[in-house]
Amino acid sequence: MTAALRFDPIRLPPECEKLRKEVRAFLAEEIGAGTFDPHKPNREDADAREFSRRVGQRGWLGMTWPKKYGGHERSFLERYVVTEEMRVANAPTRRFFVADRQSGPVLLKYAPEHIKMDILPRICRGEVCFSIGMSEPNSGSDLFAAKTKATKTDGGWLINGTKIWTSSAHIADYMIAIFRTSPPTKENRRHGLTQFLVDMKTPGIKVNPIGQITGQFEFNEVVFTDAFMPDDHVLGEIDGAWKQATSELAYERSGPERFLETYYVLTELVRAVGSKPDTRSAEGIGRLVAQLHTMRRMSVSVAGMLQAGKEPVVEASIVKDIGTVWEQQLPHRVRDLAAFVDPDASNHETLEKQLSFAIKTAPKLTIQGGTTEVLRGIIARGLGLR
Amino acid sequence: MAESDNIVAETAEKIFADLADAQTINSDKKGNWKAPLWKALSEAGLPLSWVPESCGGSGASLAEGFSVLSAAGRFAVAVPLAETMLAGWLLSLAKIASPEGPMTVAPASPKDRITLNADGTLSGRARDVPFAKEAKHIAVLAHGSSGLSIALVDAAGCGIEAGLNLASDPSDTVTLNNIQPVAIAPAPGQFNQSQLMLMGGVARSLQIAGSLESMLEVSVRYSNERVAFEKKISKFQAVQHNLARLAGESAAALAAATSAADAIANCKTFDDEVFLEAASAKIRCSEAAEKGSAIAHQVHGAIGFTIEHILHRYTLRALAWRDDFGSESYWAVELGKLVAARGADELWPLVASR
Repeated sequence: MTAALRFDPIRLPPECEKLRKEVRAFLAEEIGAGTFDPHKPNREDADAREFSRRVGQRGWLGMTWPKKYGGHERSFLERYVVTEEMRVANAPTRRFFVADRQSGPVLLKYAPEHIKMDILPRICRGEVCFSIGMSEPNSGSDLFAAKTKATKTDGGWLINGTKIWTSSAHIADYMIAIFRTSPPTKENRRHGLTQFLVDMKTPGIKVNPIGQITGQFEFNEVVFTDAFMPDDHVLGEIDGAWKQATSELAYERSGPERFLETYYVLTELVRAVGSKPDTRSAEGIGRLVAQLHTMRRMSVSVAGMLQAGKEPVVEASIVKDIGTVWEQQLPHRVRDLAAFVDPDASNHETLEKQLSFAIKTAPKLTIQGGTTEVLRGIIARGLGLR
Repeated sequence: MAESDNIVAETAEKIFADLADAQTINSDKKGNWKAPLWKALSEAGLPLSWVPESCGGSGASLAEGFSVLSAAGRFAVAVPLAETMLAGWLLSLAKIASPEGPMTVAPASPKDRITLNADGTLSGRARDVPFAKEAKHIAVLAHGSSGLSIALVDAAGCGIEAGLNLASDPSDTVTLNNIQPVAIAPAPGQFNQSQLMLMGGVARSLQIAGSLESMLEVSVRYSNERVAFEKKISKFQAVQHNLARLAGESAAALAAATSAADAIANCKTFDDEVFLEAASAKIRCSEAAEKGSAIAHQVHGAIGFTIEHILHRYTLRALAWRDDFGSESYWAVELGKLVAARGADELWPLVASR
């Protein structure tokens, strides 16, 4: 058996609590000004573009990045607080969340200096939106089956093929994608893929919206036809994307967004049952709160270990596995309890609407960003089973 | 609470490794292992970890004592170590010195009440008191006309009706009929029975989390040894995913229990945030005990269902510990009531308070 799992009892330092107050005040202001409605989790009509810039002005984008790129050199735990407060308030983060969490760190590590100087400050100002081009029509969890081809040409590469399920591609300024630069080798089927920075304004890129069962159009098909990528848009080692894809996963997997996606239905249930719940409601709410508290403690613990320079890869995968399963089940458990709520409760209609949306959202939570099956495979490897 | 810095936990771990090996204990039908283990633990001062030196104990910190309980859970030891620690802690709150020998606490269930009578004697019944049959003394929390008192009682004077928990460890009914305590003093002003139950609940949470760590370890080991359909069963994806879920339950229990222990060890007042930590630990660890032990048994198949195999030492104890100091259902109701009373918009601030 490999080393024992660790979840140190990490506490957020005092500067986080000061920051939390600032974030809450900011969000209350935004809600007051009508930027978004915290009771409407679909966030469709929110003014996300201006919101993104104002979050940037507050210094809450690129929080952990070096100052020379527009970052703020603050801790992962501070970023954690901002992320969880935004998520709980149902703030419209879609224009900046991917860039801040994932794309920025990839650029920091692999982009040439002039590109870092160009793009990272704009992410920090909340001006640019990123998407991630991983899945293809015949390559989902099996990332290394990707076929979209990058062919070497003068000064760069020509891209041909199709990415799919690409969230926010229709509003994105850039995409970080993996393309096939060489065939896989017999010894290593993961060989031959390269990471690229894609400017979405490049001629030869067509974004086709795909409707989702929630009624939203958040993801897309992205078709590349002889789209030209200059050489300096290659990120990292040619043919070696597989070495780069796994290292940042701990950051991506264990954040508060991995268990708070449907949190709003729990708040609304507590409102609906009132201050003196019957035994069944109290028991149901108590269990859900205990599970939520435990998830958060696990997630904060991983954030603290990352801040301390450790690499809790298995722990992070566990957080995402049980966190996403939990947030997927939450609307159904709330529905169980809502059956006993007074239908004349003042927020009954809000709760019903939220439940309907959350139940439709739920199936994607254990698919996006690494399926439950993939995560359990990673955990099993960490346990020494594979 | 880094264990490498914790000499108390290391001492406990070493004693358990030497004298409480699961296989040895499981094969010892006469219980000959018990006396040497208890002697070694006592000589190391571990049962009175939480008793200050001025009260006859070894004066370890709460955090150090909690890590002893994690180790005790990993070895699923069936001696009244946690119980004596809790009793010593309770007595110390009233500055009552702890005697030598095994102790336990009463009541051990939130619904039982012991009464301090006007004549200074104690009356009442406490059910499911762990290891009462093996205890020399019982630390009692009693309700009197002027508030709560903490008392030290000679077990020999109590009516003790023997019972067994799921793991066949003593879980007895203790009846006090106008018992004269050996010592008695008022409980600290803010103290209440709920806090005693939650302290016991956190002790059990740590033990459950420890036993789940061992369940995971023995299950992974077994899956890498057992061959079926011409390969190790660890190579079957269905088995891998079951073990990944067991790891998740073990991780959740560990996180919840150590966080609650840390919260109690560092709190100034027993406020709503500490209540959330402690109640959540008991709830989530109990849920993990159910899910985790089911998987551990599933991986082992029939061999794990035999009395000869050590697996039941961990699974049955984890399941039994759910019942002590208030079950997960009990604490879920209490936590749910607290959350409802605070109101919907105060839920997130409570969860995000630390």
